[in-house]
Amino acid sequence: MKTPFIQFAGVTKAFNGHTVLQGIDLEIYQGEITTIIGKSGGGKSVLLKHIMGLLRPDAGRIVIDGQPLGQLKGRARRRLRRRFSYMFQDSALFDSMTVFENIALPIQERGRMKADEIEARVHARMRELDLGPIDNEYPSQLSGGMKKRVALARALVTDPEVVLFDEPTTGLDPVRKNSVHAMIAEYQQKLGFTAVLISHEIPDVFYFSQRIAMLHEGRIIFTGTPNDLQCLSDPVVHEFIQGFENPNGDSPEPVRQGSWESTFNAEMARMQHHKVSFALVVLTIENLAEILGQEDADAPGVAQRFADRIRAQLRVTDTCSLAGPNMVLLLLPFTNLSQAKMVCAKLGRTLNGQEIAGIQSCQEACMAISAGVAEVQGNGHPERTLAQALERKEIFYQFSVC
Amino acid sequence: MNTSSYPMMPFTRLGQFAIARLRRMGRYALFFLQSFVRIFSWPLPVARILQQTYFIGMKSVSIICLTAVFTGMVLGLQGYYTLVKFGSEGVLGAAVALSLIREMGPVLTAIMLIGRAGSAMAAELGIMRISEQIDALETMDIDPLRFLVSPKLGAALISMPLLTAIFDVVGIIGGYLTGVLLLGINSGIYFARIQSSVEMADVTGGFVKSLVFAVVIVTVCCFKGFNTHEGSEYGAKGVSVSTTSAVVIASVLVLVTDYILTSLLL
Repeated sequence: MKTPFIQFAGVTKAFNGHTVLQGIDLEIYQGEITTIIGKSGGGKSVLLKHIMGLLRPDAGRIVIDGQPLGQLKGRARRRLRRRFSYMFQDSALFDSMTVFENIALPIQERGRMKADEIEARVHARMRELDLGPIDNEYPSQLSGGMKKRVALARALVTDPEVVLFDEPTTGLDPVRKNSVHAMIAEYQQKLGFTAVLISHEIPDVFYFSQRIAMLHEGRIIFTGTPNDLQCLSDPVVHEFIQGFENPNGDSPEPVRQGSWESTFNAEMARMQHHKVSFALVVLTIENLAEILGQEDADAPGVAQRFADRIRAQLRVTDTCSLAGPNMVLLLLPFTNLSQAKMVCAKLGRTLNGQEIAGIQSCQEACMAISAGVAEVQGNGHPERTLAQALERKEIFYQFSVC
Repeated sequence: MNTSSYPMMPFTRLGQFAIARLRRMGRYALFFLQSFVRIFSWPLPVARILQQTYFIGMKSVSIICLTAVFTGMVLGLQGYYTLVKFGSEGVLGAAVALSLIREMGPVLTAIMLIGRAGSAMAAELGIMRISEQIDALETMDIDPLRFLVSPKLGAALISMPLLTAIFDVVGIIGGYLTGVLLLGINSGIYFARIQSSVEMADVTGGFVKSLVFAVVIVTVCCFKGFNTHEGSEYGAKGVSVSTTSAVVIASVLVLVTDYILTSLLL
């Protein structure tokens, strides 16, 4: 059994009588990226600051690498802290220092390296993070994205064992967000550090996190893999990860007819950043005209209901869009050809044709749905991939209306 | 709530207030001790102390000179018109020099330093606190007291006696300008009286005061800035409140400390 590197046991913290953390139990494993998700103001940063020792719990204990944090004093505590690094939400760069001085500060203060070694290390990190010749610029002269990268360089310059990221992509545009996530994932793989990340970037965090923990109302209500999270039926989790609040139990927004190409391109960008493949699935109601010929059939609603029912069966990271009156396209990240076929088979088992067709009475008709699957690797083109999927189209589901 | 506890409430509140104040004083004392000890921790923060000495000391010289010359001139004028009534205008040099060396030099230097450097220290640390820069230092295993406060304290301990000495000398020259050049006292008598009346104990006393004031200014201003987040206001307003209270408290404490030190040194 794997031993957790960081362990929270019953950690409670209150500020001015307001309890922020209520008996937190959490385990973080070495060499993994653990992402903590949850609503804003829910105590995620407070949780992270406890790991760093910036805050002390009112009750409960935190054990790091087998050592209870509360009992560590003096040198032992400093030794432990030196294994950690922290990237702040607002970067927390020193305004009065240049970029070079900011990045060099942690290694300079430890006093173990010569000036030329420090310079080489700092410049290496700056090159790796595409920071360019900005050594002598001050943080106030940099854009938000550049500041984040300088903060990341400063966090990584000491080659830490554990890096804590407090919302590293807040305020960045989608391209920069992807690149910061990719940098974290790449460095984590390259240097093998343990990463604890706070992020609201769903579904992006599912691509590179090995473990997800969800904090809700001061408690951890879920810990597990991103896949486990997406399969969870908890309404709180669903509300959060699908990005909407549903206090009245209303249905989610219906699937829209839209530009699936832009979703495809976004997925391509993610795939290239996170080095994962994805699958395109084309689902077609082959005999829609025949179904619409039925008197009881709810003609305009068939394709919409079809898409909505399918989406209800998909993971949060999967996208579903209407591509025509009888066609639905699915983009399934982290999915190869055989896995996509398994998804289709599962859909075939769970779909209810009569409900999709909106037919109340018994009719002599048969709904036939075909599925074409294509796996995207490397440089995929939307039209070419779609053509490829349509070529492989085969009927995967048939149902007799009566 | 038990109504029988109502009569006790004012006392409870008073007790809580007293405990909170004592606790804060204790924290202040620890803040000073830790900052002071860290000046001498290895490796010595020489470069940062020199940087701060330039900021606190060198950059204050012009304002200190300006204040000192006018203070000396006013002392010269007032002293002359008071002493001339008793026919003792010859001791003007001694009156100006003793006033400056014993009291006005250290006190006015301290007050000017609070306005110029103390407020800057409180604001700088306050902004660093609210923008999490102090937390960032802790996460990098850099002691914020050693990094931020000790160099300022060391620099103030070096700068304050020097600035006080400059104030005294320039103030005496100011007195000379009004007493000798404007009002016609003999120049030789002015300086001879200074030489005969000022003793080493006066100079030492002035320097002792300046050292104590240096500690008061830096620790009060840094303590207020460092703990900006604990105040009742947040963000930019929190910084402005902590800076204002740092200046006010430091100024009052300088005057209180001056009285205590004068009582002990006389």
